[in-house]
Amino acid sequence: MATISQPSSAAGDFAKPRRSRLAVVWQFCVQNPLGAAGGLVVAVMILMAVLADVVTVYDPTRNNFGAMLEAPSSEYWLGTDQYGRDLYTRIVYGARTALLVGFVSAFVGATLGLILGVASAYFGGRFDLVFQRVMDVLMAFPLVILALAVVSIFGTGTLNVIIAITIPFIPRCARVVRSSALAVRETPYIDAARACGFSHTRIVLRHMVPNVMAPYLIMMTAAVGQAILIEASLSFLGLGVQEPVPAWGLMLRGGAQEYAESAPWVAIYPGIAISLAVFGFNLFGDALRDWLDPKMKV
Amino acid sequence: MKVQCSRLLHLLPAALLLAASTSGEPAQAQQPKKGGILKFVVPDEPPSFDGHRETTFALAHPIAPFYSTLIRIDPEDKTAQNYVCDTCTEMPKPTDGGKSYAFKIRKDVKFHDGKPVTVADVHATFQRIIFPPQGVSSARKEQFGMVESVTISGDDTLVFKLKYPSGAFIPALANPFNFIYAKATLDKDQHWYEKNVMGSGPFIFETHEAGALVKGKRNPNYHHAGKPYLDGFEAIFAKTQTLRVQAIRGDQAAAEFRGLPPKSRDDLVAALGKDITVQESDWNCVLLMTPNHSRKPFDDVRVRRALSLAVDRWGGSKDLSKIAIVKSVGGIVFPNHPLAAKKEELEKLAGYWPDINKSRAEAKKLLKEAGVSDLKFTLTNRAVDQPYTIVGTWLLDQWKQVGVTAEQKMEATGPFYASLNAGNFDVALEFNCQSVVNPLSDTSKFMPTDGAQYGKFQDDELVKLHNAMNRTADEAEQRKLMRAYEKRVLDEQAHNLITLWWYRIIPHRSYMKGWNITPSHYLNQDLSVVWLDK
Amino acid sequence: MLRYVLKRLLLMIPTLLGAAALVFLLMRLIPGDVCVLRLATGGGSMDPTVINNCRVELGLDQPYLVQFLAFIKGLATFDLGKSMWTGRPIVNEVGLRFQLSLQVAIMATLTAVLIAIPLGTISAVKQNTWIDYVVRAFSIAGVAMPSFWLGILIILGILITSKAWFGQPWMPPIKYVPLWVDPFYNLSMLIWPALATGYRYSAVATRMTRSAMLEVLREDYVRTARAKGVFRKLIVRRHALRNALLPVVTIIGIEFAFLMGGLVVTEQVFNLNGLGKLFVESISNHDYNMTQALVMMVVAIFAFTNLVVDIVYAWLDPRIRYSR
Repeated sequence: MATISQPSSAAGDFAKPRRSRLAVVWQFCVQNPLGAAGGLVVAVMILMAVLADVVTVYDPTRNNFGAMLEAPSSEYWLGTDQYGRDLYTRIVYGARTALLVGFVSAFVGATLGLILGVASAYFGGRFDLVFQRVMDVLMAFPLVILALAVVSIFGTGTLNVIIAITIPFIPRCARVVRSSALAVRETPYIDAARACGFSHTRIVLRHMVPNVMAPYLIMMTAAVGQAILIEASLSFLGLGVQEPVPAWGLMLRGGAQEYAESAPWVAIYPGIAISLAVFGFNLFGDALRDWLDPKMKV
Repeated sequence: MKVQCSRLLHLLPAALLLAASTSGEPAQAQQPKKGGILKFVVPDEPPSFDGHRETTFALAHPIAPFYSTLIRIDPEDKTAQNYVCDTCTEMPKPTDGGKSYAFKIRKDVKFHDGKPVTVADVHATFQRIIFPPQGVSSARKEQFGMVESVTISGDDTLVFKLKYPSGAFIPALANPFNFIYAKATLDKDQHWYEKNVMGSGPFIFETHEAGALVKGKRNPNYHHAGKPYLDGFEAIFAKTQTLRVQAIRGDQAAAEFRGLPPKSRDDLVAALGKDITVQESDWNCVLLMTPNHSRKPFDDVRVRRALSLAVDRWGGSKDLSKIAIVKSVGGIVFPNHPLAAKKEELEKLAGYWPDINKSRAEAKKLLKEAGVSDLKFTLTNRAVDQPYTIVGTWLLDQWKQVGVTAEQKMEATGPFYASLNAGNFDVALEFNCQSVVNPLSDTSKFMPTDGAQYGKFQDDELVKLHNAMNRTADEAEQRKLMRAYEKRVLDEQAHNLITLWWYRIIPHRSYMKGWNITPSHYLNQDLSVVWLDK
Repeated sequence: MLRYVLKRLLLMIPTLLGAAALVFLLMRLIPGDVCVLRLATGGGSMDPTVINNCRVELGLDQPYLVQFLAFIKGLATFDLGKSMWTGRPIVNEVGLRFQLSLQVAIMATLTAVLIAIPLGTISAVKQNTWIDYVVRAFSIAGVAMPSFWLGILIILGILITSKAWFGQPWMPPIKYVPLWVDPFYNLSMLIWPALATGYRYSAVATRMTRSAMLEVLREDYVRTARAKGVFRKLIVRRHALRNALLPVVTIIGIEFAFLMGGLVVTEQVFNLNGLGKLFVESISNHDYNMTQALVMMVVAIFAFTNLVVDIVYAWLDPRIRYSR
């Protein structure tokens, strides 16, 4: 069972001043340099995506055939693609799509998984059994196929991609959360809460959920990285956002393969962007897990 | 290594080959060598094997070598204008004021199972194509609208009776998809040929590995003596363009018969030098945007004209021809054909004005008049990169210049046609690809009654013009009517809006000889005159 | 143990039924019709009677419940029926691609195992040294890199390297030939997708091996062995590795199940005629029978692999009790 520990100011002889938030963050960085690096990458990415208009000069979708397939230069930092669009600009705007899809899918998927997993653990019995089977079925479906089916039904576009990616996350998060929740359920204070006559909803939301925050957060950060990868795969397959919307996977589709040899920057930089983003989220997530769950510290 | 040996060999007739490969003309002086297996790549797989039903090159490339047709374009003629007999004895002269054609069928044509091809088989074939029985789908039925009846005369003559003389009849007959089937088989099962192959062509069907390849081997009893030269062929399916280019580069395949973009050609030439021969030609294929007239605001001719006026075709031709398989600016007729509009005539049509700024100002004005200055819609496009996605992306940018915001919706071929047929689209980017260059029948697509017209509109004036154009034999009159027809389609009513005509670039391994490029990727694919210089 | 196995087998049935219902529903939710798709491609005209005949022939005019029952009956009798798109028996269509996908899956798993276990072990044994950091970076990069991008880079690398070394660009074959017919040709084609996929899975397995090894290395019995003076290598091999392998086996087993039919993007990059490609095509062709059959196959493989892994786990480690 993992709980976020905070030293209490009412601990008697060992009373220490409550650590400030900044101090907590600093300690995290010092103990986990890799995680801090990952966190930095993520922070920079988010910043650039939000301030895209400020950090870029060109229009990400305007064609400019006069500057077709230019090599990286002081004018076009990462070069241009076959339509003459600046690659750096498109990668920064592409971060918007990636982050939007990543965060929303991960958050919605993990949260729904959290609620369902906890409810399943709490209610147990037949509900749990049925729920387990349903989750098994969803998990057994290959991720890409499920996403394909959803996109075929609802069409392409950002919202539908988010839905397509969220659905496979729910069973996976629910599974993990359920294991933790099962342990929490056995503790005495849940019984006490029942004895007090609290409603099921209150117990689930006020007593069980806070105690499974650690696995929930871990799953969520892991999910963001995965969601970014899946979004890239889907747009590479042509099932995500469509031209001329900038998206990293889409930038690797078609043109990049064709021009990989003569204009390698078209194929390399979007891939680096994807890798870096996932890298950052994974490192940060790993460090977060280590920090929250000392037993798992490796 | 094998490659180095052939390099040495190439040094000998270097002068000949050098001139040939750089100019793109295969050397004619050599005698064809027999033997060898030709490997080539095909970008897509056909939905079935039935030539009468399908219209895709994905069928023509792997399956046409197994079948004979009645007549065809002379495979040894580079201009693709010469019609010769395949299974008939000689090209007949029309009688009865041009309304009757009598074809005498050769006696030495055999199906690959040994049974002879008789006039009854050819008759059954064309009955199926022109007057398809219940439950059979014939894609070229409309092309034979001038045919009144098909009858057998004597024991070896097939007679076509036309309702009126038409210059479009022979080209329609020469369509490479008119495979000759056996009457006995058709009588038993009209759908047998959808899943099976039994032809009388230069190659015998060997295997089909679903999703992978089609193999054929030489037909020793082919009725054109001495051919085919090849021992066999392998058509390998490869959906990714890069892989097809790399396959040619790594000598896994000798050619791809659809067409590659200029970049791929340049890469191959840079990498392989003399080992690659490039043949280029204008292509009888064009992409057009079709607004759905049954949806607002596309029922307003001003909106449709604005969509065309916003597009800079002349500039686009220069730019897109570098990265896509499109090139020429043209009207509805194949560029450089006598019936095609000359540049001066073209520049008068909406969307072809030499001053793009003036054109776009007019577009904005029209949109404002129609009350949709900030028009937003979805362009339904086919999920194929070359050239659909590229042209679509370019169009979106062009429309942005006049304040129109559009987004693309890519659909695989099947769902794409389903949307079109159901009228489930705002504006669609579709194509008009024909085989033999025959503008009189090629332009029937723009008719409101044509099976391939998705615009969903009525226009009797257009029908009148088209019919008049097809009935007259006077070329000057044809041209005049064609100009009026074209003006109505592209400018006055803006029913279907032409974008850019395609340009066919076929870089192939220099050891593949005998294959001549034509303006259509459906033609000349029976491989009977191809040989390998290895 | 037997009771446990039986109970798990019984529990598989509702999972399979659930998957069948889900895929049946999903396919019919997708707008479109295989008959319209088959007969209206190429822009030809559509004859409604032709379309109707096609629907009747394929059983699409029946009410949904009847179609579903026919589907279940087919599954129970192992009669997967015919593909709605090509009309050929599904078993034949799948069989062709199954060979290739299976081979790639096995090769990728082998690659993953061969890379992961030594690397993970070394990284655990030499924790917090530069070797550890390099391995960790290597494995995290593997998880972060999109496999299709890796595929593109690999092909690019092959082209450039072969041009530099041999003067001629060499390309992997694009045509599949079974392993026993021409092993060299076959391997020269499939080694690359196996590498691209295997690298990614090795990353996951490396991290798992490393964390499992670290946990085991902290156990008392390892400390005892070290105190006894046993050689480091012997400790690792005889005591630690065997116990650490359990969770790793789980991961590898589950990942293998995902490799069958899940390699959609890799197959596109390398032009492999595998199950992933078949999956995508069958969905876009609205070939209900094919998609249903494929999904059931993949789900069955997954459930079965899970079961096998769990049994092996329980058999290897007598401490594990499955009470629920």
